[in-house]
Amino acid sequence: MMTTRHTISVLVNDQPGVLQRVSGLFGRRGFNIESITVGQSEEQGLSRMIIVTLGDDNTLEQIEKQLYKLIDVIKVVNLSSKPMVARELALIKVNAGASERPEIMGVVETFRASVVDIGSNSLMVQVIGDTEKIDAMIELMKPYGIRELSRTGATAMIRG
Amino acid sequence: MNAQTPEVRSTEQLREKWMKPEVITGSEILLRSLLLEGVECVFGYPGGAVLYIYDAMYGFEDFQHVLTRHEQGAIHAADGYARASGKVGVCIATSGPGATNLVTGIATAYMDSVPLVVITGNVATSLIGTDAFQEADITGITMPITKHSYLVRDVKDLPRIIHEAFHIASTGRKGPVLIDIPKDVSAEKSLFEPVKSVNIRGYNPTVVPNKLQLDKVVQAIAEAERPVILAGGGVVYSGAHEALYEFVKRTEIPITTTLLGLGGFPSGHDLWMGMPGMHGTYTANHAIQQADLLINLGARFDDRVTGKIDGFAPRAKVVHIDIDPAEIGKNVNTDIPIVGDVKVVLELLNQEVKRSDKADAWRSQIMKWKAEKPYKYMDSDDKLKPQWVIELLNKTTNGEAIVTTDVGQHQMWVAQYYKFNQPRSLITSGGLGTMGFGFPSAIGAQKAFPDRLVISVNGDGGMQMCAQELAICAINNIPVKIVIINNQVLGMVRQWQELIYDNRYSHIDLAGSPDFVKLAEAYGVKGLRATTKEEARDAWQEALNTPGPVVVEFVVDKDANVYPMVTQGSTIDQMVMGDCE
Repeated sequence: MMTTRHTISVLVNDQPGVLQRVSGLFGRRGFNIESITVGQSEEQGLSRMIIVTLGDDNTLEQIEKQLYKLIDVIKVVNLSSKPMVARELALIKVNAGASERPEIMGVVETFRASVVDIGSNSLMVQVIGDTEKIDAMIELMKPYGIRELSRTGATAMIRG
Repeated sequence: MNAQTPEVRSTEQLREKWMKPEVITGSEILLRSLLLEGVECVFGYPGGAVLYIYDAMYGFEDFQHVLTRHEQGAIHAADGYARASGKVGVCIATSGPGATNLVTGIATAYMDSVPLVVITGNVATSLIGTDAFQEADITGITMPITKHSYLVRDVKDLPRIIHEAFHIASTGRKGPVLIDIPKDVSAEKSLFEPVKSVNIRGYNPTVVPNKLQLDKVVQAIAEAERPVILAGGGVVYSGAHEALYEFVKRTEIPITTTLLGLGGFPSGHDLWMGMPGMHGTYTANHAIQQADLLINLGARFDDRVTGKIDGFAPRAKVVHIDIDPAEIGKNVNTDIPIVGDVKVVLELLNQEVKRSDKADAWRSQIMKWKAEKPYKYMDSDDKLKPQWVIELLNKTTNGEAIVTTDVGQHQMWVAQYYKFNQPRSLITSGGLGTMGFGFPSAIGAQKAFPDRLVISVNGDGGMQMCAQELAICAINNIPVKIVIINNQVLGMVRQWQELIYDNRYSHIDLAGSPDFVKLAEAYGVKGLRATTKEEARDAWQEALNTPGPVVVEFVVDKDANVYPMVTQGSTIDQMVMGDCE
């Protein structure tokens, strides 16, 4: 069966240890986690996790079923089965002497990214978009020398 | 209730007392809540972090506390109690080492879906996370082996948490739930009001199946020429044995029961094919492999049942009925999945299903296999054979005892040669395969059924993993008949080393084991030994005639192997028949 990338939304009780329950489940059952984000949801007392995972259809089915076995899991939705919007954010601190700055600014503008901090020899670039866009931005920044990179992993929602 | 109970009060009177809203400590809340859940007996071991709880239990007579000699003994006893009675087993241990000593027992219960509420103390909330004396993150440690767990941070949550824990442990696919209570929470006072309802948003097991799926099963049964039922622990746990009997009566489909399913269907029935899998019968394994319809009732297609998974039941349309949706399709591709309680599903199916003539030739084939390929062993006049000993136990008790086993060869011989007819009469660690389980679980089973005959069958290896609980039998006069099948080696490991590792017997010699008769006597338990058939008959009869606990050591031939055997990587019809040839 074909291994594909899936984005899953998991609505959980906002309880201590719930991240450990979910990540532990993935670990011990040999499910892959490409990224995981957690934050508040539309309902008080509940958090939403967005997990990006790799696996075939059987694995995905098991992931959903095993997640539902956790008492703190309220709802599991496979977002990638429908048209969805997925976004992640990256902060890139890139070497930028005075001569390189205009060039970098040009790239930033084209990507509709933004410069959020300017140091004496560096710029901090913030880019928001889908995974491919962030990957592309990182590639373009590499020639200048990336000092530090931090990206969030995807958060996502079904359209409509 | 023990002998010191001064007065007998009616349950209603007691209940009224417990239900009264009152400001009491967390420890008292715990005890009252346990009583309101119907707990009659808990197994435990005190320590620093549970001092308040044990202080509340001082002079407490409304339920019994059995003080074991090791926390592992306590949890296996609670497990045996739960498996025998169907009620939730309860055990209590202190923080740190007390809690970690429960880990094997929790995993044992988790693998076999046994309802337990496990209560641990922890250091005070202000000390959690500081590596305090006897601190262990037991909720973290046990996350993968509990159905759910709670760390109680506020005494006000305690009544709700206990009620939820019992609900979660005993419904859906049953399992152990851990409640970790920090010391200050057990001391703090709060208004206790009994919790009457449960509202857990993320927990709502599907009990009633989808009707359309049932129709497909009825249709499949009508069409099948070679149908087989594979019944597992779910039949026993859901109390579906009568519905299953009715189902087989109506459909006349041959049935095999897994290790945990033994007793879920009467072994004397014509259509019963015995156990499947690694040490299963020729009939059951060949029937599964040739079946065109395999109906799994509450079994989980464990690797010991399926053998090589790719070649398992290759011709069968698979129906899988389970309360746990995650089991369906996990190991074996399923054609007709049905999520629901096995009992409810069978009762609905029984209204529709009929016997099909198309399977007549198949039924004759099954009868032929059963007659031609029963379990067999090479008996001997001068040596005591372990299989013969199990047959002796079976004959003398008409298959009516509660039998607990440890793990290894003797476990398989009990499964093969003891003819179980009632559910909950075999208590064995199937999934985890826990040595040291056999004896303490019998103590729990006997506490659940003080008047029934409880036999605990152990090897000489496993007996030494929890032998300290002999003290409990002696001091409480718990009349378990403790059988030790002593072959002086770790028999199952020896068997694999003989058959698969070219007779390279690595570290299996149990020389240096104690004299089990003297060991029993040292604890004040009667000890008997048999080395011949005649001695065996006499010793066993004496044990049965003795009112209290007895250890009977049967010194047996160490060369005996469990046959048939399906070696790893083989499909289940590729059987090494050995003595069964």
